[in-house]
Amino acid sequence: MDANYIKPFVASIQNVFSTMMQLQVVVREPFLKTDNNPNHDVSGVIGMSGDVKGSVILSFPQQTAENVVALFSGSKFSMGSPDFADAIGELVNMVTGGAKAMFKDRKCSISCPSVIVGKDHTVARQSDIPCVVIPCSTDCGDLFIEIAVKPAAAPAGDKSSKATASA
Amino acid sequence: MRILLVDDSKTMRNIQKAVLAQLGYTEVMEAQDGQDALSKAPAFRPELMLVDWNMPNMDGLTFVKAWRSTNKTTPIIMVTTEAEKSRVIEAIKAGVNNYVVKPFTPDLLSQRIQETLAKTPAAAA
Repeated sequence: MDANYIKPFVASIQNVFSTMMQLQVVVREPFLKTDNNPNHDVSGVIGMSGDVKGSVILSFPQQTAENVVALFSGSKFSMGSPDFADAIGELVNMVTGGAKAMFKDRKCSISCPSVIVGKDHTVARQSDIPCVVIPCSTDCGDLFIEIAVKPAAAPAGDKSSKATASA
Repeated sequence: MRILLVDDSKTMRNIQKAVLAQLGYTEVMEAQDGQDALSKAPAFRPELMLVDWNMPNMDGLTFVKAWRSTNKTTPIIMVTTEAEKSRVIEAIKAGVNNYVVKPFTPDLLSQRIQETLAKTPAAAA
């Protein structure tokens, strides 16, 4: 995958977490995801369409997600509450929105986020798009950005991106 | 001052409400998308609106265009993740008075609110 589609996500998550939560994000070595593992407990999923298509997932172990949501929203919510999912959705929205603004000469749109909550769930993705996982460490715990995007064959207007989930 | 907050994320509405409260603005109505805002705004008669762009049912840009077809004066600040220059221009053309890109610091949002109201004396009065 073109590194020009990866670097913006690194810059964006660092910007979002530091601006909204004063939380430093240390990015570790990215790797290519070869199957649907590792599984996580909370995932914020967002689709991209236009000149770049695919999906982006912000995945957390439960404890990290709870810590991050508490810091972001200023309140502790149980993992199953709508407010918890709302906060995770807004985070993936900001990270992806910030990243797409850094794509050079590529215009794309993002979907409204979906949030999947469930111990060790799997998020299936489009099989024809490679997925790069960026492990991140924070004082709230570890989390992962999974980026499965590619340039669309045709310019803006392609809305074929989708993500399916099972928990 | 009556302020209408339009954002599908309750978390973001709460964050923005906290900034407004710090500025002394507590008469705030919330709407969760453009449709909701269109149904609430006429009766509420907002003197300032903070509007997200990407929302289900009716996005912020569509809402701004619809609102501006009947009301040219209410100051509107777009608060969104849409950071591309072309998007900002699109929003300004639709009638937005100011623009804040998420993520934002409370200070930045506060500054944009104050400068927007300063440019629209009727709303600040």
